[in-house]
Amino acid sequence: MTAPMLQIEALTKRFQTGGGFLKRPRAMLAVRDVSLTIAKGEVVGVVGESGCGKSTLARLVLRLLEPSSGRVIMDGTDLTHLAPKALRAARKRMAMVFQDPYSSLDPRFSVADVLTEPFTVQRRPLPPGQIAEMLTAVGLPTHMASSHPHQLSGGQRQRVGIARALALRPEFVVLDEPTASLDVSIQAQIIDLLAGLRDEMGLTYLFISHDLGLVRYFCDRIVVMYLGAVVEILPTADAKPRHPYTRALIDSGFAPDPTRRRAIAPLSGEIPSPFDLPPGCAFAGRCPHATDHCRTERPVLDATTHPTACFHPL
Amino acid sequence: MTPPAPLRALRRPAGAPAGLWLILVILAAIAAPLLTPYAYDIQNLKSAYQPPSASHWLGTDEFGRDLLTRLIYGARTSLSVSSIAITISVLCGMTLGAAAAWFGGWFDRAVTTVVDLTWSFPEILIALILVAIIGPGTTGTMVAISVAYLAQFTRLTRAQIMTLKGETFIEAAASLGAGNAHILFRHLLPNALAPVLVSAMLATGDAIILEATLGFFGLGAQPPVPSWGGMMSAGSALVFKAPWIIIFPGLAVAITVVAINLYGDALIAELDIRARMRRAV
Amino acid sequence: MTPLLELQNVSVSIGSAQLLDGVSLRLERGQTLGLVGESGSGKSLTAMAAMGLLPLIGGHVSAGSVSFDGQDLASLTDPQRRALRGRRIGFVTQNPMTALDPVQRIGAQIDVVSRLHLGLTKSAARARTLDLLTQLRIPEAHAVAEAWPHQLSGGMKQRIVIAMALAGDPELIIADEPTTALDVTVQAQIIQILAALVREKGVALLLITHDMGVVAQICDRVAVLYAGRLAEEGAVAPIFAAPQHPYTKALITCIQQEGMARGTLRGIPGAVPSARQYPTGCRFHPRCIKATAECAAHTPPLVAKGDGQAACLHLPEPAL
Repeated sequence: MTAPMLQIEALTKRFQTGGGFLKRPRAMLAVRDVSLTIAKGEVVGVVGESGCGKSTLARLVLRLLEPSSGRVIMDGTDLTHLAPKALRAARKRMAMVFQDPYSSLDPRFSVADVLTEPFTVQRRPLPPGQIAEMLTAVGLPTHMASSHPHQLSGGQRQRVGIARALALRPEFVVLDEPTASLDVSIQAQIIDLLAGLRDEMGLTYLFISHDLGLVRYFCDRIVVMYLGAVVEILPTADAKPRHPYTRALIDSGFAPDPTRRRAIAPLSGEIPSPFDLPPGCAFAGRCPHATDHCRTERPVLDATTHPTACFHPL
Repeated sequence: MTPPAPLRALRRPAGAPAGLWLILVILAAIAAPLLTPYAYDIQNLKSAYQPPSASHWLGTDEFGRDLLTRLIYGARTSLSVSSIAITISVLCGMTLGAAAAWFGGWFDRAVTTVVDLTWSFPEILIALILVAIIGPGTTGTMVAISVAYLAQFTRLTRAQIMTLKGETFIEAAASLGAGNAHILFRHLLPNALAPVLVSAMLATGDAIILEATLGFFGLGAQPPVPSWGGMMSAGSALVFKAPWIIIFPGLAVAITVVAINLYGDALIAELDIRARMRRAV
Repeated sequence: MTPLLELQNVSVSIGSAQLLDGVSLRLERGQTLGLVGESGSGKSLTAMAAMGLLPLIGGHVSAGSVSFDGQDLASLTDPQRRALRGRRIGFVTQNPMTALDPVQRIGAQIDVVSRLHLGLTKSAARARTLDLLTQLRIPEAHAVAEAWPHQLSGGMKQRIVIAMALAGDPELIIADEPTTALDVTVQAQIIQILAALVREKGVALLLITHDMGVVAQICDRVAVLYAGRLAEEGAVAPIFAAPQHPYTKALITCIQQEGMARGTLRGIPGAVPSARQYPTGCRFHPRCIKATAECAAHTPPLVAKGDGQAACLHLPEPAL
């Protein structure tokens, strides 16, 4: 096995909200004790619904948010305790592609400005012809350099966002739902582009998504999160799920095949509030297999090659 | 290429006459000595109280000075005092507001509290207190006006920056390794600028009224330097004997302020349309 | 039998821009018609035309006719059209977060629909509301009726919006991307609820979606729109088995399915053109893998295929 690109160790993020006049502050664990190792060249997917902590995890990994506890080690360097100057230098090696291509580009910047920014920020000279080269790499015509974001379609903007992320030739890229704001027809273009760039540049991806189908299509290994915690890590994209939640996620997808219709929804109820969680398994309230054991004790990931946090794995 | 918003605003139905009037007043103020054969300060009691005529288009005042001449020179005082005061106010307000939004914590709370306190007093009251402390005259008026409007620009800038801070492009810049200065000066302030400038434009209209009010109380520019407020003050005692002395400076203030507001509205409409188009795409 | 909703050659213009060009649809009682296409293809505009709501966005039907239960919408007066909406046509919006009035209790918001359209008394309306909430499998209907919108989750709010659409006892429900704003596991629940309504109450459902997967799950017929024109229309089973129009096929194959190997997912290159830049001939030709020079020159007519129709110069078997 190759050396790990990234090691995430017991990462936890606690948020406090409220706490105004006559109001007690309430705390929630957005990310609870997440550990994960990503090998060089690997594509790891993180999947879950709203409030599962996947976006917070993405920001903790890149230290756009400070963790409450735990560490992130990139290629031997502990990012969590890096001084500002060293952190800025380390940012050359990691990058992020954001979900919303409409607000991720400054409306006042031209495409050329957007692509120049990484070089300005890292105080590096912009190589001649670089902008044209970057635009070509993400499949955009070079004359688009002078366009402004409002003149581009969603797919084109996301391509600009990808070009910006890859400008300084990073090794590790977090993709935070890069296709969630786009039409399905455009989604495949962007995924194809990301896959191609990974092969060309030898990138390592952490791919965040709510769409398990897409994650299974694109990723080598899949982390399933529910309410801040990892409930299962699928060792391969086509591994059979062991956690009932993962099963439900798979069954919630709509297959484009009218001969395979499902009569009932796989899950009832909705994700509970992340505040005041019950002591047991966070999924127990919606789980068809839940027992009293599940409601009183919290299951942890088992130490198998297919880690699952469930007392009654499938 | 579409022309910039200030020019597009000039093409709008209300923006056109308003903008033209403002350009006319500003040009007249700049070129005052070239426009009129009279001096604004030489008294000639023999020709006092003359109603408008061919030689004195707007008549003369109680000292026989040409009213049009004084009105044009008065524009110099009124426009320069109010626009310089607003410029100072905008610069200080943007700095304060941006710093409060950016640093947050106790600094933000302190700024917000002081701003909210001053916000609850009428501008004229703040201005009167300040002139009383500094003393009457052009400098005192300028300081008084800039402090009176400081709260407005601080608040607006702070609110703008707070909203912009949540935009993904700020996070994107941070993920590239951008420092505070880069984010503040390359992203936040440029994006906050347009609404602050429009509001500064509208505030200049209010500032002209405030300047005239202070002048009317005898606290503004001191005689013989003409100001619109000072001229109205002098004319107020003669309103039945020589009504033109108060009517013309009053009209000058009214038309200019209305023009600023109409042009400002046209500008807002232009900027708004662009913003809406951006959202719709 | 007259269809419940029928659009005949409908064109829609806003100002000088023609955004919909000769769209024809039929929807029978007890049927679900899926209206699909990418953003900007004219799906929502078609729904607005069906409800007679185009004036709201400054548009009008510039050619063709929209009829509901045999009545031409254009022949109705404004109050008559208003009476139709809410009473005989219910509407479910895309974003339940903004569809509810934040300062009114849930029950009151549903009550008002049946009081207005069915003339029920206050207590009868409330009884009907509770009945609807129970039908939509909302637990503790009484408590929910007394709740404020901000106290409910997204999926629950969408059920409330559906309850409001049902309160006037409509014959047709128009749902505009009803699950886009919801979580994956909740989407499946809402889709099942809509399917059950058609099955159990016999209402007709016009479902606007960009997701061919949803269409495959609950629709009887599907109409595929591209750049303001109908690309293909017909029964779901044959269209998914053998899509006639290359655009329909592309929309189906851009959804990843279980066991699909990496690199096999096919998107559609380019993007939907804006109304001001519609290409000549077949509007899909710049993005189409089958396009020839002919496609740029000639607008393909809608040709009957099976019980449906398709508009392409390269249909698999040329129609006679």
